[in-house]
Amino acid sequence: MKKLFSLIFVLFLAIFLGACSSDSANDTPSDSDEGTSGEKNGGAVEIFSWWTGAGEEDGLLALIDLFENKHPDIKVENAAVAGGAGTNAKAVLATRMQGNEPPSTFQVHGGAELNEGWVAADKMDTLNDFYEEQGWMDKFPQDLIDMVSKDGNIYSVPVNIHRGNVIFYNKHVFEENGVEVPVTFDEFFAAADKLKAAGVTPLALGDKEAWTATQIFENILLGVLGQDDYKGLFSGDVAFDDERVIEAAELFKKTLGYVNEDHASRNWQDAAQLVGNGEAAMTIMGDWAKGYFSNDMKLETNVDFGYTTTPETNGHFMVITDTFGLPKGIENPDDVKEFLAVLGSVEGQDAFNPLKGSIPARVDADVSKYDQYGKDTMEDFKAAKLSASLAHGSAAAEGFLTKVNQAVNIFVTQQDVDNFINALKNAASDL
Amino acid sequence: MEPQLEVKQQTELKRKTRLSKDRAMAVAFLAPSFILILIFIYGFIGWTGWVSVSNWNTLVPDFSFAGLKNYIYLFGDYRFQADLRNTVFFTILFIGLVIILGLGLSILIDQKLKGESIFRNIFLFPMALSFVVTGVVWQWLLNPSTGYNKFLQVFNIQPKWYTDTKILAGFEWGQIEFGLPVAIFAVVIAAVWQMTGFSLAMYLAGLRGIPEELREAARIDGASEFQIYRKVILPILMPITVSVVIIMAHISLKIFDLIYAMTGSGANFVTDVPGVYMFETTFRGNYYANGAAIAIIMLLLVAVFIVPYLISSRRGDQ
Repeated sequence: MKKLFSLIFVLFLAIFLGACSSDSANDTPSDSDEGTSGEKNGGAVEIFSWWTGAGEEDGLLALIDLFENKHPDIKVENAAVAGGAGTNAKAVLATRMQGNEPPSTFQVHGGAELNEGWVAADKMDTLNDFYEEQGWMDKFPQDLIDMVSKDGNIYSVPVNIHRGNVIFYNKHVFEENGVEVPVTFDEFFAAADKLKAAGVTPLALGDKEAWTATQIFENILLGVLGQDDYKGLFSGDVAFDDERVIEAAELFKKTLGYVNEDHASRNWQDAAQLVGNGEAAMTIMGDWAKGYFSNDMKLETNVDFGYTTTPETNGHFMVITDTFGLPKGIENPDDVKEFLAVLGSVEGQDAFNPLKGSIPARVDADVSKYDQYGKDTMEDFKAAKLSASLAHGSAAAEGFLTKVNQAVNIFVTQQDVDNFINALKNAASDL
Repeated sequence: MEPQLEVKQQTELKRKTRLSKDRAMAVAFLAPSFILILIFIYGFIGWTGWVSVSNWNTLVPDFSFAGLKNYIYLFGDYRFQADLRNTVFFTILFIGLVIILGLGLSILIDQKLKGESIFRNIFLFPMALSFVVTGVVWQWLLNPSTGYNKFLQVFNIQPKWYTDTKILAGFEWGQIEFGLPVAIFAVVIAAVWQMTGFSLAMYLAGLRGIPEELREAARIDGASEFQIYRKVILPILMPITVSVVIIMAHISLKIFDLIYAMTGSGANFVTDVPGVYMFETTFRGNYYANGAAIAIIMLLLVAVFIVPYLISSRRGDQ
C-alpha cells in the first residue's frame, strides 16, 4: 500500500515538474528570438481587438488577408476577445500590459483612452517618424491626429471613424405623421410632441448599459456648448456647474420624457429594432446602428430609414475612432510597423471599412467603395468640426467615464438635475 | 523537573521515529497543495487587501499607502450603498425561498409517489445550467415587453419586473432610499428557480435518512402528522438547513454572473450588486484599489456566515 502511495506521489511530482519544465521550454524560442531579431520569422504579429461581431470581424479578416498577401513571411495572429462591447478585451489587455506581456498591437479608441491610459502609463512608443516616413501627416485630418497625440507625439494609427451624433429615424413613421426632420432642439421637441400625440414612441432608448444614455447627453452637451467649450469641459476650462451644462441637463431630462417605457431592459439593438419596426420614430445612436438597420433588419437606406445629426450639432462630428499603436517592449517592432503601414494605407482602410460599416480615417480614400451613408458621412467628415466622444472613452479617461455613466444611470430614473450636476462635478475632480 | 523532562523528551523521540516515516509521507502528500493554496488563495487575498489600502486607481500601479480612503469612499458612494441594500434583500429572499421551496418539494416527493425520479430530475435539472444561461433565459421571460407579460395581458396585469425602479417601504438612509427594491424580485425568481433543486436534494437525502421508527414512535405518542414534521423531522433536519444556508449565503453574497447576464446594474442601480460594481470599477474604470476594497468587503460579508460555521463544526469534530 505504502509503495503504491509513494509511486503515485512520484508520478504527481513528475507531472508537476514536467509542467514546469515544458513551460520553460516554451519560453526558450522567444528568448532566442530577441537575440536574432534580424530574422523575420520572430514572434507573430498578434493583433488584439474586440472585433468578433458580424461585419467587424469580416473587416479585420480582410485586413489580415491583405497584409498576408503583402508580407507572406510575417505570421499574423488574430487575438480578438469577444464580449461586453470591448470590456472583456480591455480587462485582458490591462492584465497583459501590467504583466509586461503586451500584444504586438491592440485596438484602442483614439483620445483619452489612448492618451490618458496607455501613453500616460508610459507603455507606448511614438510614431512621429513613422508618420513622416509614410507621408501621412496630411492624409489624416489634423483634429484626428491631435486625438492620437499627446504633447506633440503621435502614438497610434486610426483605421476607422464612426459618428456618434446621429439620429436614425423611421421614414414611414415621419411621413405618416407629417413630421419634418428636426434640426434644432425646439424642432426636435415639437416633432416628439407630435409623435407622442399620435401614439408613437418618439425616441427609442435601450440603456441596459448606461453608455447609450450618456451618448445622448454628450450630444446635447455638444449641441449646447459647441466644439471648444465641449472640449473645455474635460480640460477643466469649463466647469460642470456652468449654466450651459445645467441647461444641457434640463434638455436631457426633457428628452428622457419621450423614451420608451421599457428602456432599462433593452440594449441599443433592441432600441433600434423599435425604430425599424415603426413602433418608435427615432433613436440616437452611433452610426454602427446603420449596419444593424441594413444588414440585420434588411431595411433600405433613405427609403425605410433616414439619418440626420442630433439637434444643433449640424457641422459637428462626434468622433469614435479605432486605432492601433506600438506598445513598448515587444519583440518585433519592425514587423508590427509593417502591419501599421498596411492599416493606415488607402488600400487597408478601403478593405476594412466597407465591411465594418465605418468610414476611413484618411481623407483620400476611394469614395466609390462605400454605400450612400458612407459617402455622405465621408463628405461631412472632411468639413465638420471634430469632437471626441465621451461615452466611448475618447474625451476623458475611463475612470471619469465610469463615474459619469453611474451618474447618468441614476439621473435617468431620478431626473434630479442638482444631484446630477453635483455628481458630475465630483467626478470631474478625477480628471 | 530536569529528569522528568528528559524522560518526556525520550518518549517523544521514540514516538517521533516511529511516526517519522508516516509523517514524512503525509507532509509530502500535503505539501504541494498546501503550498499552492497558500500562494494562490491566501497570498492573493493578502495582496488584494494590500491593494485595497493603496492609491492604485489608475492604469499605472501605485502602491503608496492610502489608509482607509478607498473604504471611506465606497461607504459614502451612492452605488455601493445601493449594492449593500440589494445584497441584503437578495440574500434574505433567496435563502428564504430556496429553503421553503426545497423543503416543501422534498416533503412532497418523499410521499412515495409514483414517478418520483421524474419529478426529482425535473427539479434538479436547472442546477445543471450555468447562471449565465439562467440569466439570459429569465431576462427574456421577465422582460416587460415580451415573455410572461404577453400571457399576463389576459388578466390586464403588466408587472415591470426588473425594470421597476420602485423601492417598497423606502426611507432615506445615507444617500439612498433604503427599502425593498421591486426589481430584485425578478432576479430572486431566477436564482431560486436555479438553486431550489440543490436544497431539495439535500433535504430529500435528509428525509430518507430519518428512520421510520421515529415517525412510528411519534404516532404512537399521538402526534399529528403536522406535529411530527414540526417536532421531529425539522429538528433532525437542522444541520442540513445550516448547510443550505451557508452554501446559499456564499452564492448570494458573491453573485455576479446571473445579474451581469440578466439585468446588469439596472436603472438607478436597483439590481446592482458588489460583484458587478467591482468588475466595472476595476476593469472599466481602472479603479483597482476601489475594486480591491469591494472584494475585501465581500470576503468579510461571506466570512460573517462561514467563520461561525467553521468554528462550530470544528467544535463538533472534537
